[in-house]
Amino acid sequence: MTTVSKSARDFIAPHLRDIPKSGIRDFFDIVAGRKDVISLGIGEPDFQTPWHIREKAIASIERGVTRYTSNLGTPELRQALTDYMRASFHTAYDWKTEILVTVGVSEAFDIALRAVLSPGDEVLYHEPCFVAYAPLIRMAHGVPVAVNTFRKDDFRLTVSELEKKVTPRTRVLLLNFPNNPTGATLDKADTEALADFAIRHDLLVISDEVYSELTYEGGRHSMAAIPRLRERLIFLNGFSKAWSMTGFRLGYVCAPAPLTDAMMKIHQYCMMCASSTGQIAGLEALRHGEADIAEMRESYHQRRNFVVASLNEMGLDCFMPRGAFYVFPSIESTGLTSQEFALRLLNERNVACVPGTAFGACGAGFLRCAYATGMDQLKEAMDRISDFITKL
Amino acid sequence: MDPLLDLLKKNAREPDAILAKELATTEEDIRARIAAYEAEGVIRGFQAVLNTDRLESCDVRAVIELRIRPEREGGFDRIANRIGKFPQVESMFLMSGGFDLLLIVKGKSLQEVANFVSARLAPLDGVLSTATHFMLKTYKDQGVLMESEPHDDRLQVCP
Repeated sequence: MTTVSKSARDFIAPHLRDIPKSGIRDFFDIVAGRKDVISLGIGEPDFQTPWHIREKAIASIERGVTRYTSNLGTPELRQALTDYMRASFHTAYDWKTEILVTVGVSEAFDIALRAVLSPGDEVLYHEPCFVAYAPLIRMAHGVPVAVNTFRKDDFRLTVSELEKKVTPRTRVLLLNFPNNPTGATLDKADTEALADFAIRHDLLVISDEVYSELTYEGGRHSMAAIPRLRERLIFLNGFSKAWSMTGFRLGYVCAPAPLTDAMMKIHQYCMMCASSTGQIAGLEALRHGEADIAEMRESYHQRRNFVVASLNEMGLDCFMPRGAFYVFPSIESTGLTSQEFALRLLNERNVACVPGTAFGACGAGFLRCAYATGMDQLKEAMDRISDFITKL
Repeated sequence: MDPLLDLLKKNAREPDAILAKELATTEEDIRARIAAYEAEGVIRGFQAVLNTDRLESCDVRAVIELRIRPEREGGFDRIANRIGKFPQVESMFLMSGGFDLLLIVKGKSLQEVANFVSARLAPLDGVLSTATHFMLKTYKDQGVLMESEPHDDRLQVCP
């Protein structure tokens, strides 16, 4: 009998092996270990989690609240989420059957895909976008189909672009507004048009609205607020951005009962439940954290104003994003590619911004600058970028 | 509260140009608003918040609880204004509860503060009693922690 020896790599599933490494990971490797870098590449709030939330979490550990919870999440948290969704998005989700607490929005997105996709199903998603979407769609055996958004539309997603890419195999429309990396938001007409598109083509909508609390102008327009979309909508949100609770790994899904039940099947086997400590922290955030959000949002709002004004002043066209904590200026006027600009800025001025191409091909010519960092750092970064451009 | 006042409370030395960008307005507007607040008596000054424990020689500070006799016309105001004129009185507040005025008093030494209380405050007409508590360590003052927050330990680049 012949023995075939395999290397460890040969055991990796082909569909996983074929997923390219993240462009942002490459940039991270370059930046890591460099000293005195001002990083505008951090997609994480700079605020500490409000003390009352941390204190509640610590006290719960001291009391020994460290066991598994219900797979769906604690009843108190789910009830609080129902109330929050009603107040913030005018929805009526049943806490017993239509809300599932997850390990971050990352898990929520993953189980949503795995619950609805059959091999070969296509998922329309808009670029530039969060780096995890396309890989996770592939890992769920789906086919990611990128739809471009453009500066001329302030990076809002238009139905005309979607119509170019929809096919009979399209199953899901994935949305992320307010958007990472552009900060774009949708207005009411946009959400209605997208809902009509989804219904017309019989699509499920997965709407990742994790930045929804960080909306500065134009009002908040959620896909969850469209009643006719209800039966074909999986709504995702979380605690990381609004309350600066990234490490707590806490998110949630709201969806009609059959979809929630399907996601629960995956969740219960692979996760059991979200962290008990995280859930207690989340409950405290929902019950007593409104003032914290308001304070953080005001601070982000002012930083956004400062960064956009500064970038435009130095000749980098930058639209005013209405949400999230990113700006997406064009660097085309410099004649450099996104990658060249980002690398030279890092090497010559020690400022890290992520090239727009890390978020999709149509990010070429753009840069993502995160303003989730203190004003002192932002001021210094703007001065260095201005100096860099002047001397090009 | 006006966001401009919030920003000035955080950093009163922030240049007008930065404030203007943060508040999406002009430098002229910022200057005009600050001038108006000063004229109205809303902005009473711009001061640094110091961690005096780190200074080689620093003042001794004490919290003094005063019980005073309110006056028929003017209540506590007349005596409060009189006490407030002493340069040793850094802060003064009218309080509810078991005493009337709370003072923060500073001096070069424990003895100096004690002498001020016994020689200047206690004998004042209208002062019924004093209780002195010496401040040993400042943890937080005017919203500012005296010890630095831990450095930013976030990943330098993350999606």
